[in-house]
This record gives sequence, structure tokens and C-alpha cells, in this order.
Amino acid sequence: MCRREVFAMFVGFIASAPALAGGTIEPTRAQELEQLVRHDCGSCHGMTLKGGLGPDIRAQRLAGASVEAITEIILNGVANTPMPPWRSLLSEKEARWVAEYLLREGDR
Amino acid sequence: MIRLATLSAFVISLFVLTGHTATHPLQESLRGTGNLGVVIERASGSVLIIDTTKRAALARVEGLGDLSHASVVFSPSQQYAYVFGRDGGLSKIDMLTSTLARRIIQGGNSIGGAISDDGTLVAVSNYEPGGVRVFDAATLELVADIPANWKNGRSKTVGLVDAPGRRFVFTLWDAGETWIADFSSGATTPSLTKIGGVGNQPYDALITADGRFYLTGLFGEDGMTVFDLWQTPVVARRILAAYGRGQKRLPVYKMPHLEGWALAGDRFVLPAIGRHEVLWVDARSFKELRRTKVHGQPVFAVARPDGRHVWVNFAHPRNDTIQVIDAPTGTVVHELKPGPAVLHMEFLPRGNEVWVSVRDSNVIQVYDARRFTKVAEIPAKSPSGIFLTARAYRTGL
Repeated sequence: MCRREVFAMFVGFIASAPALAGGTIEPTRAQELEQLVRHDCGSCHGMTLKGGLGPDIRAQRLAGASVEAITEIILNGVANTPMPPWRSLLSEKEARWVAEYLLREGDR
Repeated sequence: MIRLATLSAFVISLFVLTGHTATHPLQESLRGTGNLGVVIERASGSVLIIDTTKRAALARVEGLGDLSHASVVFSPSQQYAYVFGRDGGLSKIDMLTSTLARRIIQGGNSIGGAISDDGTLVAVSNYEPGGVRVFDAATLELVADIPANWKNGRSKTVGLVDAPGRRFVFTLWDAGETWIADFSSGATTPSLTKIGGVGNQPYDALITADGRFYLTGLFGEDGMTVFDLWQTPVVARRILAAYGRGQKRLPVYKMPHLEGWALAGDRFVLPAIGRHEVLWVDARSFKELRRTKVHGQPVFAVARPDGRHVWVNFAHPRNDTIQVIDAPTGTVVHELKPGPAVLHMEFLPRGNEVWVSVRDSNVIQVYDARRFTKVAEIPAKSPSGIFLTARAYRTGL
């Protein structure tokens, strides 16, 4: 195993550490949620999350918003805008994972 | 004897002629472009050049930026494809050499484009900065900048199409206005006509293939708005206003697309927003004729070129399915399960096949459009839009 692979594994471990710490979202489900953020949230917010019909939701723009506030928007949507409630598709834990993901990795 | 000599001379000359064409130095390199197309690979910033006769990808062109929600128009020669990227990139691809001919970044955040009827102007619709920019189709140099100014600043623009007479029509999402930019005088500054009263949050629009009617879909209220471009002055007319009144709309996880609109015989079929239905609308009176219950919230409703069948795909989380609706009866006659994330469907121009992108399977599936059997699969990386060069000759596509 070359040094780069070891490094990649280490980075991968660190990146997934917060999700593991929560202990509630399986890695395969986390992958599905990441796919959902990039492609389905991305249909309005852009695959790079820098906005489209919906606003820019990259981490730098969300900075200052709490995980709870973002989770609430994901679950219940925003009235009189196209932002739909995701409650029927995501559990509260999953919505929270998405909120944490946006604050953590939304600039990637 | 004379007859035999004549015959043998004929045979020899035939042999020489065929021999001559077979070894013509240009023959190996010459080809037409009428059976080519472009497939967007949304996650990798690349496109595939496809050959619909060989049912194969010929080449991949890379380095096109963010292609999520990208779209393509073609030059009248069908030699060049103009790719509109999400990141404001405008790329001109040579279909014959599969190379990037030119590329510019013209805006910050874009949503589709159009090419003028004479093929000389390419227009791009921008969310950021809100408005439309128009470029020389040959050089991609800026010809005109049309900021979508309204009382509260700059509006996002949607539903940009070409209209006959070197015009572009587009709609302001925030302002609820439709603008017509007329370049027919040849001047680089267009004459602008602004029409208000479109409605609340117009999210997309289409123009009919004859270039006469422009329809906008509304997110913020029920109904749609239609403009008859043959009228003077052009006015906004509300249609289907009763549609959805008093009914609760489902959450919309993906905005429907109107560009893939379908004129099936004497009626339009339109994807309903926030409902598991498509709407049938009389093509002259714009009155609702009927509704068809479908599998999920429709994204594209695309008619086979003869108008007999309409193929419909659906929004997340029901996007693994396609339904085929018989236009005369309005009934679902077939259902396909191509796999997760069916994003787009494109018919060959004669309607014999339909090409389907299945994003999460990384594949383009090709179906016999009459037997509904799968006849080929072509690998592609996260494919979304499929655009065939036949679009070069269709107003609004």
C-alpha cells in the first residue's frame, strides 16, 4: 500500500467521522444522501450548490445558520417559494445529516 | 460483335468508375452530421458525440465545466453544437472533429439558450446576472447584453426560445414579465417589447413549432399564460385558470420541463406541476380537454414525432419509470422501468426509436418506439440531456 493510499484512507476516515460519531446514518445511506444533495437538491440549487432557481447554499453562505434551522427548512420547506418539504422522503436524522453535510462540505 | 464490344466497354467503364470512387481520397473522411447527437455527462463536464445509425458513441469531448442542467442547440449546418452550461460556460463543439472549437464563460449561473432562425446569433439565459446575453454564433463575441431589470433589481430569466424573424422570447421569473428581443433590423441593439401580467413565478416556457404561440408555466399560481406572437400588440392571456383550484398541490421536488412539450395531433400534452397528471389542452382554443393520471409528477411529456404516443418521465422519487400514453384515447398503454433516474428522452426524427438517459445506471438506453423493446445500451457517465442534430431545423429546440 503506497503512502498516497494510506493518506486517502485517513482523509476518508476523517471526512466520515462526524457521521460515524452520530452513529445513526449507515454509510450506504450517507452515500445516497450525498447523491440526493448533489443531484436532486442540485436541480434547483446547482450541482455545485452555488444556486440556480434556488439560492446559493454553499457552506460560506450558510455560515452562521444553525444545524437546527437548516434541518427545519429541509423538513418543512419554505412557504411561497419552490422549496418543498422533504419530510415525506427524509427522516429527521437524515435531514440533520444533510444540514451538517451542507455546513461541512458544501463548498467542495 | 459490336454489341459485345459495347457491353464490355460498359462493364470496364463501370469497373473503373466504381474503382475510382472507392479510392477517392476524401471518401474515408467525409461524413454527414444528420444522424449525430450530443449526450450531456452532467457530473464530469463532458459530452458524448453519438451516432444514431451505429447506435454508438463516437467520441467524448471534455473540459466543459458544470453541465448539471445543460442544454444544446445546433448550427444550421449541423456541424456545430452550442452547449450551455450551468456555470455560465458557452461551448461550441465541432461535431465532425469532436473537438471544442471555442469556449467562453459568459455569466455566473445560466439556464439554457437558443439560436436565431438564421443561425447567426446564440442567446443565453442567466440567473446571475439576471438577463439574456446574445453572441455571434461564429466567433462567440458579445453582440448584445439585455439585463432583466425590474423595480426590485435584476430578475432571473427562464424559458428562453428563438422565434421567427430573428427574435428571442424569454420570461422574468421574479418580475412576471415576458420580453421579446427583436434583432431583425440587423442592429446589435435589439428592439425590446415587454409584456406584463404573466403571473406569479413563471418557471419555464415553450414556443410551438410554428413559432406562433409562447406558453409559460406558473409555479406561484394555478394556470398558464399564452402569447399569440401573430397578434399586434402581443398580450398575455391566462389559460387553464380553473386547473388545480381548491386542490392541494403535492411538494414539487423537480420542476417540470416545458421545452420537451408535445403537440399530439390537435392537442398539447403538458406536465402538470405538483400533481400525478398530464393535461390535454386543445391546440387552438387552449381549453382543457382531459387529464391522464400517471405514475408520478411528470418532468417531460414528449410526443413521438407522429403525435400518436406521448412518453412521460417523472420526478424524484419516482424517476425510474417511463409511461407511454396513447394520444387519441388518453390512456396509458405501456410502462417501462429503465432504472433509477431517467432524466431525458429524445426521439429520432422519424420516430422509430427513442433514446433514454438513465443517470444512475450510467447508460443510454435505446428503445424501439413501437415495440417498446430495448435495442441497444451505450455507456455514458451520469447522462442527462440527449440532443440530436435534427433539432437544428426545429423552432424552439
